[in-house]
Amino acid sequence: MDSAQVWSWLGEVADPEIPVISIVDLGIVRDVAFDGGACVVTITPTYSGCPAMQVIAESVTEALHARGVSDVRLVNQLSPAWTTDWMSETGKAALQGYGIAPPRQQAIDISGLRGGVKRGALVVPEVACPNCGSVHTQLTSQFGSTPCKALYKCLECREPFDYFKCH
Amino acid sequence: MDHKLTYLLRQGDNALILSQQLSKLCGKGPALEEDMALTNVALDLLGQTRMWLGYAAELEGRGRDEDDMAFLRDAVDLRCCLLVEQPNGNYADTMMRQFYFDTWHYFLMQGLLTSTDRRIADIAEKSIKEVTYHLRRSGDLVVRLGDGTAESHAKIQAAANALWMYSGEAFLYDAADLAMVGQGVAPPSETLRAAFLEHVAEIFAEATLTMPDPAAWMQRGGKQGRHSEHLGFILAEMQFLQRAYPGAEW
Repeated sequence: MDSAQVWSWLGEVADPEIPVISIVDLGIVRDVAFDGGACVVTITPTYSGCPAMQVIAESVTEALHARGVSDVRLVNQLSPAWTTDWMSETGKAALQGYGIAPPRQQAIDISGLRGGVKRGALVVPEVACPNCGSVHTQLTSQFGSTPCKALYKCLECREPFDYFKCH
Repeated sequence: MDHKLTYLLRQGDNALILSQQLSKLCGKGPALEEDMALTNVALDLLGQTRMWLGYAAELEGRGRDEDDMAFLRDAVDLRCCLLVEQPNGNYADTMMRQFYFDTWHYFLMQGLLTSTDRRIADIAEKSIKEVTYHLRRSGDLVVRLGDGTAESHAKIQAAANALWMYSGEAFLYDAADLAMVGQGVAPPSETLRAAFLEHVAEIFAEATLTMPDPAAWMQRGGKQGRHSEHLGFILAEMQFLQRAYPGAEW
């Protein structure tokens, strides 16, 4: 067993909130290493209060146990902080197919109030409707059903949809 | 008490109590979008609470975890600022409390990014992305209410004035805070306060609000465990289950 094998197994572990995307495609798995007999998997939370993290940790352990890796150790790493830039193209396509518009732009450093990201001067990305593809869409709410999503509506096909925010 | 432990409890308790206050509005927001935003902010703060109180519990070394810290400490043991215990009131009160808190919180997290305590710096790095979002939103709402109708203007101005005396406690450093500054763990009060006043003034100008007097006397005591009457009621609701059914789990 090598780390590439473990990575590929983890690539089959689905995100509990958005089951079409794997935790690897979401960018949550940061490292796989071996320490003696133990397989050490480093994961990072998307948002600090994300209730899915507990389930994800359990899923990782279960998935590896099922493949005969009995000694699994999980490390929760905060830094560097997770960003949507770590989401794979496969993952973005899966979101799109599931009806969630994927993050549209490279996440800028959002931790500044000044210098390019001054209040009000924030660039609003052009978000395409995952149902009909139109970019004639409108933000309904900055916050959606989970911390990682915003609510949009399509002005062409009139469907409401979720947008996975840049973070 | 160890100075660092005090400092960690202050951060954790601020996030915990404000999260609880916002959670009370779940299903009661003035609009669906506002309702979801409030509970999302509450969730972020709860996540941050776990990181701070988890670290505090480890440092304390008495075998407690973050749940014990949240649910089994009494009001006199909590170290949150008086600001976060203030009632939700009307929506202007809720948003002004949030705006004062977010502004201070944002500049504090920015200062903690370079903390000599690696774990604190990591928590700040994780938190600041969320806190930035909170501050953008509360600042926007202050502008919308202030520069809105005559009624919304009057209400948000009244909230700004009434809550102002609670806005300064975080900048009043005691021995624990100063010890953290001395070790390079925490940023000094003066730079935080200057940044806070500058941002509040900027937003208030845009919101056509009158800025309260920065030299006004400020309430104090929460950071040392001397709380307002409100905290007891908050804890009674928040801690009831664990007090009545010790060890209960989902």
